[in-house]
Amino acid sequence: MIGFLLRRLANYVVLCLAATFLAFALASATFDPIAILQQRNPPPPAAVLDAKRADLHLDQPVPQRFLTWVGGVAHGDFGRTVTDRSVVEELPRRVGVSLRLFLIGVVLGVGFGVLLGVISAIRQYRLSDYLATLFSFVILSTPVFVLGTLLKQPAQGFNDLIGTNYLQTLGEQTPGFQGSWFASLGDRLRYLIVPTATIALGQIAYYSRYQRSAMLDVLGSDFLRTAQAKGLTRRRALFKHGLRTALIPMATLFAFGFGLLITGGTFTERIFGWYGMGDWLITGVVSQDANIVATVTLFIAVLVLVSGWLSDVLYAVLDPRVRV
Amino acid sequence: MVTLTEDGATPGGSPVDTSVAAERSPSRSRLVLRRFLRRKPALIGLVVVVLLYAAAFLSPLFAPWDYAEPDYTAFLQPPGGTHWFGTTKIGEDVFAQVMRGLQKSLTIGLLVGLISTSLAAVVGAAAGYFGGWTDRVLMWLVDLLLVLPSFLVIAVASPAFKGQSWLIFVLLLAGFSWMITARIVRGMTLTLREREYVKAARFMGQAPFRIIAKHIVPNMASLLIIDATVTVGAAVLSETGLSFFGFGVQPPDVSLGTLIASGTESAITYPWLFYVPAGFLVVFVLSVNLFGDGLRDALDPSAAGSRKRDKKVKKGKTGKTGTGAQA
Repeated sequence: MIGFLLRRLANYVVLCLAATFLAFALASATFDPIAILQQRNPPPPAAVLDAKRADLHLDQPVPQRFLTWVGGVAHGDFGRTVTDRSVVEELPRRVGVSLRLFLIGVVLGVGFGVLLGVISAIRQYRLSDYLATLFSFVILSTPVFVLGTLLKQPAQGFNDLIGTNYLQTLGEQTPGFQGSWFASLGDRLRYLIVPTATIALGQIAYYSRYQRSAMLDVLGSDFLRTAQAKGLTRRRALFKHGLRTALIPMATLFAFGFGLLITGGTFTERIFGWYGMGDWLITGVVSQDANIVATVTLFIAVLVLVSGWLSDVLYAVLDPRVRV
Repeated sequence: MVTLTEDGATPGGSPVDTSVAAERSPSRSRLVLRRFLRRKPALIGLVVVVLLYAAAFLSPLFAPWDYAEPDYTAFLQPPGGTHWFGTTKIGEDVFAQVMRGLQKSLTIGLLVGLISTSLAAVVGAAAGYFGGWTDRVLMWLVDLLLVLPSFLVIAVASPAFKGQSWLIFVLLLAGFSWMITARIVRGMTLTLREREYVKAARFMGQAPFRIIAKHIVPNMASLLIIDATVTVGAAVLSETGLSFFGFGVQPPDVSLGTLIASGTESAITYPWLFYVPAGFLVVFVLSVNLFGDGLRDALDPSAAGSRKRDKKVKKGKTGKTGTGAQA
C-alpha cells in the first residue's frame, strides 16, 4: 500500500516537471517580450534591447533557459519578471490569496455537494430532488464569469437592505486596513463571501450530480438490503454502508474537480479584483512573461497532483480492496 | 417495459450495447427514440438547441438590422422598437450582434465536439487495443495533459494565433478536451478486445486499425454520441471563457464570450448588454446538457443515473463512474 502511494508520488513529480517544462517551452516559443519594448515611443536604442534580451536569457535556446530556471527554483529563485521584479517576492502573497479562495471553496463545495447529492438520491423524484437537479444543471451551464457578475446583484441588494456596504465585491481586503489580527480577519471575511460563493456554487453543483448517481447505484444494491435485514435501521445502513460505498467514485472525481476549480478561480479572481495566482497568469500572458507563466503552472501542477494523490489516498481509505 | 429490461440486462452492466432485439420486438433505433421521447426535459433541450442553431444562421435573413451596420440615431437604447434587444454605445444592434456571436460560438462548439470525440476514440481505442508501450505512452500523455488545465495552455499559446484564423483556436480547444473520454474509451476497449467477434476478426488476419475502425469503435457509438453532445456544451463554455479574456476569438470576429466581456462592465447600468448574450449562452449550454443527459438515458440505460426500475434488473456495478486516475 505504502509502495503504491510512493510510486504514484514519484510518477506525479515527473508529471509536474514535464507539465512545467511544457508550459515554459510553449510560453518561450510564443512570447516576445521585446516586441512590447520596441513599440515604445521613442523607440529604445538597440543596445538597450540587446541588454534586455541577454537579461531575459532570450539569446539562449529554450531547454537551456528552462534548466537555468529550474536550477533557480531549486534554490528558491523563480527568476525575474519582464519588468525586472523578483517573482519569488510576490509569490507567497499571491499563493495565499489563491489558496484561501480554493480551499474554502473546495471544502464548502465537497461538503454541501455530497450532502445535496445524497439527499436528492434518497428522496428521488420528490420535489427536492427535482429542485436540486435543476439547480445543478443551471449552475453547471453558467460560466463562472457570468455567475460572478450575477452574484454581484444580490450582494448589492443585501447591502442596500442593511444600509451599509457590508459585502464587498472588489479586492480582497480594505486597502491600508489597520487593526488587530481579529479585526483584519473580519475585514477579509467581508471581501471573501461573494467570490467564495461563486466558486463553491459550481463545485456543489458538480459534486452533487455525481454523488446523486453514485448514491442511487448503491441504494438498489444487495448489500444495503442485507444490512437492513440483519437489523440495522435504514438511516444507519445508509450512512455506514451506503454513503461510504457511494463516496468511492467521488474520490476519483475529486482530482478532476480540482482542475475545474482552478480554471474557475482564475475567472473569479479577475472578476472580483483579487491579486492571486490566476490573475497573475493573465498578467503573465498579457505582458508576455515566461517566468510568471512557468511559476503559475508549477503552482497549478502541484495543486492538481496533490489533489490527485489525495484522491488516491482517499480511495485507499474508502475502499479496502485497494489496500491489499 | 419487457424490451427495456432485456436491454438493461447486458451482462455486468457492460458498456457495450449488445441489444440484439428479439424477433417481434422493436428495432434498436425505435427503442432509443421511444425512450428519448419519454424524457420531456431532454426533448425541450433538443428543440431549443435546434432553434438556436436555426436562429443563429437564419436570423440575418429577416432581422431588421445588420450586425455591422450601426444606427447613428440610437446609442445605448434599451430593448424595444426595431432594436429588439437594444443597442450598444456605438449604435450596433444587440440582437444582430448576439446572433453573429452565437453563430461563431455554436460553430466552434460543434467542430470541437466532433474533432475531440474522434480523437478520443482513436487514441483511447489504440491504447486499449495495442496495450503495452503504446498504452503506457498514450496514457502518460493523457495524464500530462490533464495536469495542465486546457485554459492555461490555450491562454499561453494565444499570442501565437493572434491575427490568425479562428480555426487554429478550434484545433487547440479540441486538442485539449479529449483526454477524459479517451480514458473511458480505453477502458471499454480493454473489455471489447476479448470479445469473440474481435478475436475472430484478428484470427482472420484483419489489420489492427481496421479492427478498431470496424469492430471496436462502432460498439462504443452510444458513448461517443453522448460524449460529442456534452463536449459541444463544454467547448462553448471554454470558448466563451477564453474569448472573455481576449485569448480566444479575436476582434473582427465576435463570439458570445467577447460580447459578454464587453457587457460585463455595464451589467448594472445597461443590463441588456450583459444579460442578452449571457442569457443565450446559458440557455444554449443548459439545453445541450439536458439533451445529452436524455440521450445518455435513452442510449445507455445501464449507465449511472438511469432510472431505478431499470436498475433493479441489472446486477453488479457500472464501471463508468470510476474512470479516473486509477488505471
